Amino acid sequence: MGKTIAEKIFAAHLRDEPFPGTKVLDLDRVLCHEITTPVAIADLEARGKDRVFDNTKIKAVIDHVTPSKDSKTALQAKMLRDWARRHQIKDFFDIGHNGVCHAIFPEKGYIRPGYTVIMGDSHTCTHGAFGAFAAGVGTTDLEVGILKGVCAFREPATIRVNLTGSLPKGVYAKDVILFVIGQLGVNGATDRVLEFRGPIIDNMSMEARMTLCNMAIEAGGTCGICLPDMTTVEYLWPFIKDEFESPDAALSDYSQWVSDDDASYDKVLDFDLTNLEPHVTYGYKPDCVKPVAEMAGIPVDQVYIGTCTNGRIEDLRQAAEILKGKRIADTVRGIVSPATPKIFSQALAEGIIQIFMDAGFCVTNPTCGACLGMSNGVLSGGEVCASTSNRNFNGRMGKGGMVHLMSPTTAAATAIAGVITDARSM
Amino acid sequence: MTDKLFGGPAIFLDRSDINTDEIIPAKYLTEVTKEALKPYMLEDLNLENFDPKGDKLKNARVLVSRENFGCGSSREHAPWVFEVNGVHTIIAQSYARIFRQNTFNGGMLAIELPKADLDRLFALEKEGEVGISVDLDGQNVIATAGGKTETYSFDLSPFDKALVQAGGWVDFADTRY
Ligand code: SF4
Repeated sequence: MGKTIAEKIFAAHLRDEPFPGTKVLDLDRVLCHEITTPVAIADLEARGKDRVFDNTKIKAVIDHVTPSKDSKTALQAKMLRDWARRHQIKDFFDIGHNGVCHAIFPEKGYIRPGYTVIMGDSHTCTHGAFGAFAAGVGTTDLEVGILKGVCAFREPATIRVNLTGSLPKGVYAKDVILFVIGQLGVNGATDRVLEFRGPIIDNMSMEARMTLCNMAIEAGGTCGICLPDMTTVEYLWPFIKDEFESPDAALSDYSQWVSDDDASYDKVLDFDLTNLEPHVTYGYKPDCVKPVAEMAGIPVDQVYIGTCTNGRIEDLRQAAEILKGKRIADTVRGIVSPATPKIFSQALAEGIIQIFMDAGFCVTNPTCGACLGMSNGVLSGGEVCASTSNRNFNGRMGKGGMVHLMSPTTAAATAIAGVITDARSM
Repeated sequence: MTDKLFGGPAIFLDRSDINTDEIIPAKYLTEVTKEALKPYMLEDLNLENFDPKGDKLKNARVLVSRENFGCGSSREHAPWVFEVNGVHTIIAQSYARIFRQNTFNGGMLAIELPKADLDRLFALEKEGEVGISVDLDGQNVIATAGGKTETYSFDLSPFDKALVQAGGWVDFADTRY
């Protein structure tokens, strides 16, 4: 019987099986940010165990609220900063160098096929785009990860999602994942890995794969995963060129992390996306999705473009394409947060930042910002935001606010019209 | 050994997909101690006739809900806000993975009951205040209300049980790895 990629990664990292069905895995990456890590640090200190298992495998960033907005967030940042210095964590990103965790860590080449990755953040599933097993965990798992370099999981069954056909013009990875979540429901993939396969994936950039895997958790999935291929190798090449003789050699090495043809799946879902329409959410759950056309005309107060889902260069390019030479509606506050400094510089060099500014957008530094309603665009009660983020929970962007999730293209069209708009109709 | 109390008066939240933003809104994630979260438990819960400041919640030691409880963010602040309010037992039909793991990692109980049993438990609430006790060894939930007593058995993986007995994952992992 063949194995899935997740099963192969589990087998290669198994440290212990303390009880049947419980797999304790060795970790290749323990990623940290300033919201969930400080409590782990404080607890380790209180236990007299302020140590780290390997300061080269731990990476840390201040990203959720940066620059700090008040004394509490300043303390969180300080706790992470002091800890990173104390343990000489070289890959620590602070102001001037920091960006949204799930954008900056892959961009630095830290995530490789076959890796095990945890972070105290639910959207850690993003990193599965590289053929890694990457799972969001809580602070206690993070704490043990920092101290011991291990984490316990039940071996997850895998749902294989075959995406066939080709995406129509104006339809993007975000529309695909919103559609898939709508089909699965918010707990349709609980305790499961979502393995994305098929020609749609083969033709997707790493950025688009990250958008897709980012939202696996919104269907309850432990991890979204794509099999490593030449696209993965090309993305990683600047970081791995000393390890391999050629991209082909890297690909052949990474092929050990490809699911076997006779692997067994919990479920196999087939979707032909040839006629897929741009999608958007309504309501307070990410599985409440509809084609944009059915939601067209709903007024919005704010448009937010950024986050670990859609704050990458491709996303900004797609939005800029719509915004070029146009102005956003007077009734709309437009905010764009490029996800990392590299993306920001790239957008600057390509003239994209100017397009956003000319259109009337406020451009912020790289940060999570409004995504979780902590800074940079919190909604007031009764306000509506068209957002490229991943979560539309009640109160997520501010108490009493409503968030509609959509692609950068739909968000840009919505900003111009002031109401939810299908960009293809413009 | 665990210092947690499993059992006591129960509060019933008759809704599925209660998410971590409802349990503890993100704006309180700036706190760096568990204790500071105490006043904010379930502050944004979207449920008719629910009062996050009411006595019912204040007195509760057990929380009963439906499917996919604790979905959303990985924040362990969600089980923590229950912990510091003395709610160490949660009973639901199913959980989001991270929430469930966080709860056991903190040495608390996230008990799963089948829908039919939960329906009976929710029906019991009509009889009056429900008191719940948990027999961890026998793996039974015993609920009483208005002179009626019902018993439901539950499964617990050996790992989850070990975490509850050890008082959490840090102690377990620290002695073993
Ligand atoms: S951008 Fe939003 S979803 Fe992503 S890590 Fe930041 S807060 Fe979480």
